[in-house]
Amino acid sequence: MRLSSRFLRRLLVDPPVAALIGVIVVAIAWTVISRVPAGAPQASPAPPSPRTGFAAPDFTLDTLDGPQLTLAGLRGHPVLLNLWASWCLPCRIEMPAIQRVYERHRDDGLVVVGLNVTSQDSQAAAQAFVQQFGITFPIALDRDGTASDRYELMGLPSTYFIDREGIIRDVIIGGPMSEAVMLANVEELLRAP
Amino acid sequence: MLPFIRVGPLLVQLPGLALLAGIWIGINLAEKEALRLRLNASAIVSMTMYGLIGGVIGARLLYALEHLDAYAAAPLSLLALSTTALDGWGGLVVGAIVGFLYGRKHHLPLRPSLDSLAPAVAVFMIALAVANLLSGNGYGASLDAPWAIFIWGEYRHPTQVYEILLALGVFLAWRLAPAGDVYSGNSFWQVVGLSAAARVLTEAFHGDSAHLILGFRLVQVVALALLGTSMLVGRRWSAAAAAPA
Repeated sequence: MRLSSRFLRRLLVDPPVAALIGVIVVAIAWTVISRVPAGAPQASPAPPSPRTGFAAPDFTLDTLDGPQLTLAGLRGHPVLLNLWASWCLPCRIEMPAIQRVYERHRDDGLVVVGLNVTSQDSQAAAQAFVQQFGITFPIALDRDGTASDRYELMGLPSTYFIDREGIIRDVIIGGPMSEAVMLANVEELLRAP
Repeated sequence: MLPFIRVGPLLVQLPGLALLAGIWIGINLAEKEALRLRLNASAIVSMTMYGLIGGVIGARLLYALEHLDAYAAAPLSLLALSTTALDGWGGLVVGAIVGFLYGRKHHLPLRPSLDSLAPAVAVFMIALAVANLLSGNGYGASLDAPWAIFIWGEYRHPTQVYEILLALGVFLAWRLAPAGDVYSGNSFWQVVGLSAAARVLTEAFHGDSAHLILGFRLVQVVALALLGTSMLVGRRWSAAAAAPA
């Protein structure tokens, strides 16, 4: 009782202390009020968008080997999606590392998709590139640029790490990406349930 | 949002440039403030540079430690010029420790040295908000209002713009504050506290908040703790400076 009356007296004679306490009380109240209620829009599944935390935009494209590839069909597998073109120097530098990461984790369920931006390249150049680097993962051909548009392509290479649920967990625009960064991201995807 | 521009064969990352500009302007202002406070300005600049370099190296080493298997398989990646392979919070702590140790070694007085860094902190917060606006990071929750911006598939709160305006407000508050007990360290804590208060406010409009239990937003809780700490320490230091010797 004596303590509380002393405290109130101090507030009255020391306006700066009262102001500081007022600020803290308002900040705490705002933090409580602005909690995210369960089921709020922010807690709902994010719409497809090419950024971390959002569902990866889907596409169905022909591959260099012939059969079509649909990204949504790969649900259940972690996916490394790499957008590239044969004329892009950083793409050429990082591609051998991507192949090594694929070989290292293919048996763990990792799927690597190379999305050739064929609208800015050519199928023949893409084929020569694949042979030169000994690439064994599927190469999708974006002939009309639709998939690149969905990924709002800003620069090559662009790499997306997509989890088993089809949610993008990391995005790396530009390159060359280091092999350790690829491995770190892939191993996080593989560890996730 | 404009994360990259292509300059010939190069892909220039504009958010990174905004941060570099913020660091450069911040160091210049810290040097001027150090001169005004009659501190050793070149030692203050060196302390900042050592802190930055130490912070970057620390951030990379901590990231590598967190992903030891990956770096054991590709050790040369430690030297890669990549801005993604960094542990930001760890780097901040290492940078602060390196700066502190440098300051001690060169006998820089702690409280006025922190005061000289106040404008650098304020400018860096502006640069961080601009970098977020350019990259699209720190995006807002859905909003149906005339000032909403279309980003990541929805109309959203322009949280980055809110944060630029509030960070500018913090800088102006520092600039216009009376020069009373500026030698006490209180000026630094005022900038930190105001920046934390701004984040408590704006985090409520974010669409990318990490959540704690019961829906509390992680960044808001951390900012609240920082706000309390800065008010408490700032007031104590200010009172100590005002006390007769």
